[in-house]
Formats: sequence, structure tokens, C-alpha cells
Amino acid sequence: MTLFDSELAAGADPVLAPGEEPVPAAGTDPVPSRRGGAWRRLRADRSALAALVLVGLLVLVALAAPLLTALEGQDATTFHSQLLDSARGGVPHGAFGGIGADHWLGVEPGTGRDVFARIVYGARVSLGVALAATALELVVGIAIGLAAGLGGPRVDAVAGRVIEIAIAFPSLLLALALLAIVPQSVPRPVLVALAITAVNWGNVARVTRAQAMSLRTRDYVDAARLAGVGPVRIALREILPGLTTPLMVLAALKVPSNIVSEAGLSFLGAGVRPPTPSWGQMLSTSTTWFQTDPAYVIVPGGLLLVTLLAFSLFADGVRRALDPRSTRV
Amino acid sequence: MIWFLVRRLLATVAVLLVMSAIVYGLFYLMPGDPAVLACGKRCGPDQLVVTRHKLGLDQAVYLQYWHFLQGVVVGRDYSSGPDVNHCAAPCLGYSFQSDQPVTNLLLDRLPVSASLTLGALVLALVLGVGAGLLSALRRGTFVERLLTGVTLLGFSTPVFLIGLILLLVFCAWLKVLPFPSYVPLTENPAEWARNLVLPWCALALIEAALFARVARAGTLETLAEDHIRTFRAYGVPERQVVRRHALRGALAPVATITAVELATIIVSAMLTESMFGLPGIGKLAVEASTSVDLPVITGVTLLAGTAVVLANAVADLLHAAIDPRVKLA
Repeated sequence: MTLFDSELAAGADPVLAPGEEPVPAAGTDPVPSRRGGAWRRLRADRSALAALVLVGLLVLVALAAPLLTALEGQDATTFHSQLLDSARGGVPHGAFGGIGADHWLGVEPGTGRDVFARIVYGARVSLGVALAATALELVVGIAIGLAAGLGGPRVDAVAGRVIEIAIAFPSLLLALALLAIVPQSVPRPVLVALAITAVNWGNVARVTRAQAMSLRTRDYVDAARLAGVGPVRIALREILPGLTTPLMVLAALKVPSNIVSEAGLSFLGAGVRPPTPSWGQMLSTSTTWFQTDPAYVIVPGGLLLVTLLAFSLFADGVRRALDPRSTRV
Repeated sequence: MIWFLVRRLLATVAVLLVMSAIVYGLFYLMPGDPAVLACGKRCGPDQLVVTRHKLGLDQAVYLQYWHFLQGVVVGRDYSSGPDVNHCAAPCLGYSFQSDQPVTNLLLDRLPVSASLTLGALVLALVLGVGAGLLSALRRGTFVERLLTGVTLLGFSTPVFLIGLILLLVFCAWLKVLPFPSYVPLTENPAEWARNLVLPWCALALIEAALFARVARAGTLETLAEDHIRTFRAYGVPERQVVRRHALRGALAPVATITAVELATIIVSAMLTESMFGLPGIGKLAVEASTSVDLPVITGVTLLAGTAVVLANAVADLLHAAIDPRVKLA
């Protein structure tokens, strides 16, 4: 969608694209709320809507994992060695990795675990970790960003530097290193979400800091200060609402990048550990089986790709809807 | 200019110090006793005390960090048993697991990482700048939409997924390329290149997506400038406008983005190495995190951080040297 299209969708032009609902005429809504306009633009953005449907489906699959596996009649951890061809080194019997009525997406080479069950439970790990990490990054990033942006030059000299270093650092490497030394008694998905947060909060803080610095000079903030409102309350009540738009865009973009981080860490063997399934782990296993069992690459790989595209397209739609002036560069 | 250089240099050193202190503190204050790791599994409490003393772990943290910095500058001696191990000048610590200074371990792996990253960088420059230029010149056509789509895909796909797809197609299906195993350039240049083609392509596609975006924006910006309009008005052939001016506009931001996105590139290279089993520095980091080889983990993390900080400083200087409009204050 180009700039022109999104302007059309926003109702800036009286000529409507065919098949679109007419938006209220300009006169009836003299001061349209920005959020309302964004929602309208998002609904008119077909690729974003399609992506949203896919995202919704994936979340449903993750939530309904026990139901779906019960429907299939399999679970994620049982080994089925009778389904493997020991003469070929443990590749599943049958075409396409043993796909059939019993095992909808085949079985894992080497172990014979049901791929469908591992995929849907893996979706829980993947989406759960990514969403939790995104939420935590927002909390940490906003807190540090507000402190740097509003705390005065001394605080900013330290916090600003730390933010810079946090952004510049190769995040996955640091997360990998952190996961190697943390106590192993805490549940692994929690640790992975924390490690991803620890290395990725930087850009939330940067955006928050920059926005907070420009907002704190506004008249309404001065008015609040003169009225005797305390600094914490100003930060939360006066500054934070002004940050909603950029932070929403950033959060939408963060989800797919956190999915990649989780998959990457599991791929490197530092993420969740077997028997807990994860897509990255399956892909890591598949590097040793790709020649004899390509289905085991295609199924988790394809799914990861579709998931990432859905979340990225949706994030792109959110960005366009909230900021119709920006074009995709 | 001199003042600018000096200030920038001092700032860089300061950032390096802060970064190394954070990394060092992170790994040495975490649970998990370095002395236990250095001493090995069969280590009595008495031996542990001795080891701790010999490693200087019974000293205050700031003293330990100071000795570490001294080691980086002038080298230092390590001993966990009866024999003393010397660790020469840029000493990043001593790995007791492999009984070698970390610097040596890194240097051993350097040729592999250099082969991978430099080859991929060249390929990515050609692909990325070409794609960015083309999509800017063919604005509003199918070519542009296709390239935008491919770029988005390159952005949202993790490198190991691209690598797996390449392996499936070229290694399992077409059988034209081997599963990569590193052959030193000095041993057999042809085999070196043949084995590295797939890793190069995988990494280059990720980098090219980065380059294409900025190259496109740079070209569009350049072509919109007044002097280009003047050239065109005077009848300068379009081919010459593109070759002399648009290309320059496409190339200029690529150097900056390489520095800014170096962290992303390092992470992608690390994933590429582990996915293809190439024994580079990234693989070393993954191995070290699996076996909890703390000095190696710290060393690699510091090296990566230093590379990013230095790259950003160099990019700043280059930018200032190329573009006189950049404030030297």
C-alpha cells in the first residue's frame, strides 16, 4: 500500500475505494479522535487485516494446544520408535515424515514424537515468551526512558549512556551468555523471556527518552508542575499518554523480533530445553536430518516463517494506521 | 578537526570502559563460582580456597577488574595448579577448560569468521545496493513491489531459516553443493569458496535486506535534489545520472548502516556459524555457553562489544570527513 492508498483509507479524500464503507463526512466529525482514525485506517488495510486474522489464529492454536492434541489423540512427549525406520538411521516410515491420519504432521526423526503436538505446544512457548518479553521490555524501557528523559542532566548522563550501550550490544550473544550463567532451577521459558528482556529494552528506552524530552517542555506539563503535581505523577499522567502512539508501533514490531530471538536461542541450544518443545529447537534438530527427512524442516520452518510474516505485516499495518504520513522506506 | 578527533576518541574510550565494566561485573558477580569452574569437578574445599586465591577471586571486585584491565594492556600470569600460564598482551582472560588464553582461542577461530563475514559482506553490498538502486529507479512498478516484498522477507526471517532452505534446495535436492565444512583458504582456495557459498548466501541475504532499505532511501533522496533536475534538464543521459550520482547516493548510507547494524550482523554471523557448523568465533561463543566456560564467554562478549563501539566511532569520523555539514563541535 502506498501513501496514496492509505490516505484514501483514512478518508482524507472524498473518493472512496470500491467496496469500502463510507466514512463519516468531514462536517459531522470536526475533531476526529486520532485513535479512532487509526482504527478506521487499520480496518481498511487489507494486508494488515489478513495478518491480524492469522495472528489471531496462531494465538488460538497456542491457547487450545491441549484441546487440539486431544483431538488428534497424541501428546508431545511420547516416543514412537515403531514408526521409525531404523535401517535408515531413524527416519520416519512413509512419505513426508510420516504424515498421516494418526500423526497429522508426521513424527520427529530419531525420537518419533508427534510433530503436530510439538508444534502446537511449541506455539505456546514461542508466542508466550515473545509476548511476555515484549511486555517486560515495555515496562523496563519506559521506566528507564522516563528517568533519563525527565530526571535532569545528571541522571541522563548515566542513563543515556547505558541506553546507548544496551542498544549497540549484540543482543542474542549477551542473552546466550546470560542464559549460560543463570541458576537452572527457575523454569526455562521464564529465564528465556527475562534474558530477551535484559538485552532488548534499549530501543523502548530510547524512544521514551526522546519523546519525554520533547513533551516535558509543553505548556500543559508546565501547568501541571505549577499546580503542584509531583514528578512521578507528571511522568505517568502527563507524559506517558503522549507516548502511546510510538510505543504501540514499537511494541507491535517487537513481537516478531522477540519470536526470532526465542527461536534463535532455542536453535543455539540455550533456550527452552527438551522435552519442552519449541520451534527453534525443532529447526536445530532438523539441520542433522534435512537430507533424509525434509518434511521435518519444512513444517516448523514454514510455520515460523508464516508467523513472522503475519506479525511483521500486522506491525507494519499498525504503523501505517497510527502514522499515515510515513511511507515504507 | 583535531579537537573533534580527540573528543571522539576520549568518548570512545569512556564507553569502552563502561561497557567492559558492565560485562565483567555481570559475569563475575553472577551466581556460579568461577573458581569452581576453573578448579574442575573433583575439587575439595581446600583446593577451592587455593584456586580462589590464585585466581585473585578473594580480592575486591574493583581490584579484579583492575587486574583484568592490566592484563588487556600488558598481559598477566594465571595459575590454577602448580604451573604458571602466561597470557600475553591483549589478555582477555584464561580458559582453564581448554588450558589456553582466551585471546589464542579467539585468534584460532578468527580466519573462519573473517572468511564468512567478509565474503558475505561483499555479496550483500552487491545484492543490497543493486536492489535498493533498482527499486528506487523503478518506482511504482512491479519490480519495486517485488523487491520491497523480498526485503521485508529478508528482514523478518531469521538467518538459520534461510540457511535451512538453502541447504534443502542446493544440498539435499539439487545436490550441487556440499554441506559446508571449513577448508582453510591457504590449503585449497577452490574448496574454501565451494564450502562457503551457502553460508555466504544465507548471511548476505540478511545483510542485503538492511542495505537495500537505506540504499533505496539514499537514491530517492539524491534523485530529488535540485542539481539532478538541472542535469536532466541539460540533457545529461539518464545512464550517466544513475552511474555518477544515484549510485553515490545509494552507497553513502551503506557504510553508516553497517556500523549501526553491526550488532545485528554479528548475531546473524553467529547463528550462521552454528547452523553450518563452521568453527568460527560465534561457534566458540555457543560452545563456551554450553560448557559454561566463563572466561571465553566474557572474552567473546567484550570483543563483540568493542567491535560495535569502534565501528560506530569510525562511522562517525568517516561521516564527518565525507560530509562537511556534520557539526564538529
